[in-house]
Amino acid sequence: MAFIEAKNLEKNYPDGTQALQGISLSINKGEFTAIMGPSGSGKSTLLHILGFLDIQTKGEYHFEGKTISDYKTDEIARVRNEKMGFIFQAFNLLPKSTVFENVQLPLLYSGVKESLWREMTIKAIEAVGLSHRINHESSKLSGGEKQRAAIARALVNNAEVIFADEPTGNLDSKSGQMIMKTIQKLNEEKGYTVILITHETYTAEHAQRIIRLRDGKIESDELVNGRRRAGDNFIK
Amino acid sequence: MILKHSFTTALKGLKNHQSRSILTILGIVIGITAIILVMSIGQGAQDLILQQIKGLGSQTIIIEPGREPEGPSSFTEIFTDSLKQKDVDMLKNPERIQGIKNLTPIVVQIVNTAYENNTTRATVLGASELLAEILEIYPLQGTTFSEDDVKQRANVAVLGSEIKRKLFGPSDAVGEKIKIKGKTFRVLGVLPPKGQVSLFNVDETITIPYTTAQQYLIGTNFFNSIIVQVENEKEIDSIKNNIEQALRESHNIQDPSKDDFHAMTQADVASRVSNVTGILTVLLLSVAAISLVVGGIGIMNIMLVSVFERTREIGLRKSIGATEKDILVQFLLESIILTVIGGIAGIILGALLSFATSLILTKVVSSGWVFVFPVSAALLGIGVATMVGLIFGLYPARQASLKSPIEALRYE
Repeated sequence: MAFIEAKNLEKNYPDGTQALQGISLSINKGEFTAIMGPSGSGKSTLLHILGFLDIQTKGEYHFEGKTISDYKTDEIARVRNEKMGFIFQAFNLLPKSTVFENVQLPLLYSGVKESLWREMTIKAIEAVGLSHRINHESSKLSGGEKQRAAIARALVNNAEVIFADEPTGNLDSKSGQMIMKTIQKLNEEKGYTVILITHETYTAEHAQRIIRLRDGKIESDELVNGRRRAGDNFIK
Repeated sequence: MILKHSFTTALKGLKNHQSRSILTILGIVIGITAIILVMSIGQGAQDLILQQIKGLGSQTIIIEPGREPEGPSSFTEIFTDSLKQKDVDMLKNPERIQGIKNLTPIVVQIVNTAYENNTTRATVLGASELLAEILEIYPLQGTTFSEDDVKQRANVAVLGSEIKRKLFGPSDAVGEKIKIKGKTFRVLGVLPPKGQVSLFNVDETITIPYTTAQQYLIGTNFFNSIIVQVENEKEIDSIKNNIEQALRESHNIQDPSKDDFHAMTQADVASRVSNVTGILTVLLLSVAAISLVVGGIGIMNIMLVSVFERTREIGLRKSIGATEKDILVQFLLESIILTVIGGIAGIILGALLSFATSLILTKVVSSGWVFVFPVSAALLGIGVATMVGLIFGLYPARQASLKSPIEALRYE
C-alpha cells in the first residue's frame, strides 16, 4: 500500500453540498504533488481528510496503512504532531510570540524530551533560512518571512509529509518564489513528502505531479513536464 | 503537554490581553476583599466583646429585668421594673440561696457632672460597697464608700480615671466637692485606668451608693441589674438555677417563659455574643458571595469571548498536535490564574482595609480593639477564588476544546 492511499472518497455536508464525489489517489513517500482546482472544487476538503482533520462520508483513506478510525482522538493529535506538518495561506502564527516560540510550539505537544527542543527548533529555523529573525515577534515579519516561519514550524518535529494549503496565496510573486524554493528544497534534499494545494498553475508546476479537481472529482492526474525550478538567489 | 508549559502558555494568553484581564478580575477582587473585611472585623468585634465580658470574671452572674433577648432583633425590655430591694434582700439571705459570695444591685444613669467650671457627662453607677470587690477594682487614691454610706444614702462618689482627668486635670480630687445632676457629692477616691469592663467603661464612670442614686438622681426603686459573685465557679450553673427559682417564687411566676427577669453567666453571654456576631458574619458573607458569583459570571463571559476570538489559535494548536485535553487545560488554567490573582489581590486589599478599619475603630469604639488577620479567611478566599475560576472557566474551556481544527485552515 502506498504512503497515502484514498479510495472513492466522498464528503457530503449536512447542507447537501457534495464536496467530494469519489476521489481515488495514491501518493508515495517523497513525492511532491500539487492539487489544483477552482474554488469549490473540493481541494481543501480533500486536504483536510488527507491530514486527518476531517473524516470522509464514504470511501477509505489510509495514511501509512492506517485509517483515522484506527486511532483514538488523542492518538490522531499525536499523528498530526509527529508525522504531519501543516502550512496555511494565512500563516496562523501566534502574533505576539517570537519566531522561536512559534516554531517550537509543536514540540510542546510532543513526547520529545525538553532538552532537545532548542536544538530542533534552531535547526528547523536554519532550514528555512530565517536564523537572523529568530527572536523577532512574528507580527513584525514580512509575509514571506511569516510563511517561512510557518514552514519551520511544520517540520520542527520531523514530519514526514507537509500539507500546504495555498502557501503563496497571500504573498507577492517574489516572496511566493522564495517559499516555493524552500518547499522544493525540503522535498528534494530532505525527502519530505509534499502535498500542495493551489489554484495557480504557475505554482503547481513546481511539483512533480498535478492532480486537477473539478466539482469534487479528479479531472486529471499527470506528471509535470518541464517542472519549474524556483531561483536559487531568493534564499539568503 | 507538561503542566509547566500549559501554565506558561496560559499566562502568555492572559498577558496578551492585560487590561481586559485586570478589568475582568475586579469582581473577584471585590468579593474576596469583602470576605476578608467581614471576617476580620467580625472576629475583631467578637474578640473585643468577649474580652470585655471576661472583665467581669467567670464567677459572676448578671441578673437583668425583662425576658432574655432571643436574637439580634429582640431587645431586652430595658425599662421593666421587676428587680427591687426585696429581691436583693432575698438573694443576700444564705438560707434561701447558698454559695453566693458577694452581690450588688446596679442602677445606671448618664448625667452631667461639674467641678468648678469643668463639666462633663459621666455614667453614674449606683452600686453597693461590694462592687469594688466583685470587679476587683480598688481606688488608686482615697477609698471607696462603706456599707454605712450605702445605708445612710451618703453623697459620696468614686471617680473613674478619665472623669477625674476631665474635671480636675492633674490636681488632687480626693476630698473635693463635685456636682452630679446639680447635687453636691464628696469625692472619696479615684479608680485606676481600667478601660472597658462588661458593658461600661470604668474610666468614664462615677460610682456612688445605689441608695443615693435611687433616691436623689433617678427617683425609682428598681435596679438595672444585679451582679452576683459566687463562691465556687463550678457551682455557677446550679446557683443560677436556684436564683431563677427563687425569683420566680418571689415574683409569683409559674411559667418560665413568662419570666420578668433573666440571669446570665459569662458563658451564656459569650455564647450569645458569638451567636449574634456569627449570624451577622454569615449574613455579610452571603452578600460577598453574591459579588463572587457575579464576578464569576464576568469571568465566564470574558473567557467565552476569548475562546471565540481565538478560534484560529485553538484550531492551529489542534492541527499541530494539541489534544482536546491540552486545550481544555490551557483555558481552564487561564481562568483559574485570573481568579487566583484576583483572590490574592482581594486578600491584600482586604487585609489593608481591615487594618485601616481597626485603626479607626480603636479610636472610635474602644482602645481594646485588636486587628485580626483571619488566616482562615485568607485560605477560604484563595480556595473560593480557585473554585470560581474552575466552575466558571469550565464551560468556556470545554467549548474551546471541542472546536474543530479545520476552522484554523479556513481563511477569513
